Amino acid sequence: MNRLTPRGAAIGIAVLVLAALPVWIGNPYYINVASQILLYAVLALALNVMVGYGGLVSLGHAGLFAMAGYAGALVLQAGHGHLLADLSAIVVAVAATAVFGLLSLRSTGIGFLMITLALGQIVWGIAYRWADLTNGDNGVNVTTRPAPFGISLASADAFYWATLLVFLLAVVTMAVFVRSPFGASLRGTRDQPRRMNALGYNVWLIRFVAFLFSGFWTGVAGLLFIYYNQFVSPQVAALQASAEALLMVISGGTATLLGPIVGAAIVVIMKNVKLFENWWILGELFTHWNMMLGVIFVAIVTFMPEGLVPGSVRLWKRGLQSVRKRPAVPAKLEERAP
Amino acid sequence: MTAVQRTAPSAGAPTTALGVQRLCKSFGGLKVTCDVTLDVAPGERRLIIGPNGAGKTTLFNLITGELSPDSGSIILDGQDITRVPSRRRAHLGLARTYQIITLFGRDTILRNVTLALLGLSRLRWDPFVDLDREHVLIDAARAALVRVGLAHIAERPLAQTSYGERRRVEIAMALAQNPKVLLLDEPFAGLSVDERRDVQKLLLAIPRDVTIVMIEHDMDVALEFAEQITLLHFGEVIVEGSRTQVVADPRTREVYLGH
Repeated sequence: MNRLTPRGAAIGIAVLVLAALPVWIGNPYYINVASQILLYAVLALALNVMVGYGGLVSLGHAGLFAMAGYAGALVLQAGHGHLLADLSAIVVAVAATAVFGLLSLRSTGIGFLMITLALGQIVWGIAYRWADLTNGDNGVNVTTRPAPFGISLASADAFYWATLLVFLLAVVTMAVFVRSPFGASLRGTRDQPRRMNALGYNVWLIRFVAFLFSGFWTGVAGLLFIYYNQFVSPQVAALQASAEALLMVISGGTATLLGPIVGAAIVVIMKNVKLFENWWILGELFTHWNMMLGVIFVAIVTFMPEGLVPGSVRLWKRGLQSVRKRPAVPAKLEERAP
Repeated sequence: MTAVQRTAPSAGAPTTALGVQRLCKSFGGLKVTCDVTLDVAPGERRLIIGPNGAGKTTLFNLITGELSPDSGSIILDGQDITRVPSRRRAHLGLARTYQIITLFGRDTILRNVTLALLGLSRLRWDPFVDLDREHVLIDAARAALVRVGLAHIAERPLAQTSYGERRRVEIAMALAQNPKVLLLDEPFAGLSVDERRDVQKLLLAIPRDVTIVMIEHDMDVALEFAEQITLLHFGEVIVEGSRTQVVADPRTREVYLGH
């Protein structure tokens, strides 16, 4: 980082804008929405490790997210401190990921998707039915937020900044991971597993380690979630939550860093912010956010099947090209056409 | 740090680089490899021929471990590797190319070859460093591209390369691993006359410390290259011997070369 590149400058400005967000937004409701975006972005980034870089589409990540959440919440409910709760949440999430990995990485593609889905449903079932442990449908309350280094995270601003810090750490970790030899190995197993094996790579172990990495950050997101929401219930583990996380990754753009973040922003904003309120019919439509989310995803998949971020980059480049030079004489092609 | 680390240094100098003993493999009732025995000396150039469906590629898949044999054994450089997992065989000095080109289509030529080198390096588990700055590895990959004459387009995405160039990337990846035994599965398939000459030239330039076993149908280029020839038919070795012996053998004419 000895020269200021346009990319570096853009990242710097983005971080400053994000850090100052509570100041320029002001309204605690929207600051909380921003916190939600960031914590779901951590989940989407974690899922993207599997979906984007590993080529393994998981529908069980909500299960892992909920495992961390329940572990943290139950340890707190038992009267232990935040440090133990946080550690338990992460350890439980990673251990659950190891079990998920051992069972699901026997296959890839649809097989992997179905096994992760089933495992996620088992977690949901436990959360819902094992009432002695999880308090069933009533969920578990988290009465306090932690106060790291004596700084209370009770206010919306403070919690936002703490979430931003964790989010930035996740982004940096992902950026380093993607450029690393291990990241290249993982992408290799996505594109040519057979070749990778013949080249001397342990394809299964690479996928397993990547799953643990993904599970770790999923656990971190789950922990942020219970501190944000101060409540965890079986809904968190439901299939719909896994599907939503997957939609964040796919709509934003798999195998990109920015894609899952943008995807998380779209989903969270659609769910929590009243859009186009005074635009008559449009406001009416956006009240039914579930439907509009569907419409938006159909639009993304139709016009930018690679996702919003890579798709926008492609359209932007094409736009630049058409401005720079006139289209190259299509007349001759037309003559040749029958 | 060396780019390529060998796990097991060979003791002494075995007289066989690659040995296959009484290897059998069936798919259901179909015997695709039937009691095959091969003895390839260090530095030898061995050609394996046979009509379609003779079990040539299956034999390669058995040698590299992508398939496991029903019986028989495989010896690489004096070590029995019959039960060694496929990925470990690469570390022991076995490399192959594929008849159907199997490359990393989203990456550049250079990255393809770098991945081949990374496979044998401990670095492949490193999640912290920047792969683009691992100059030892990347320089070695460039050196492999020089050998196949692709250094000038190293940075080109694979999607923008010709079929002939991809064939050479396949060979560069295998050569980059600095193997003891190199298995080439139809390296001339689908190439133009000019490209064929280029590939032939680069194969002839491979030093003698690499033992080469090649499957090929193109007799003009293959015969010039091979010293020993094995003819497979319905999974069995029908004829084996020197180039002149095998070509002159009436059974070769009958099952393969035609009249």
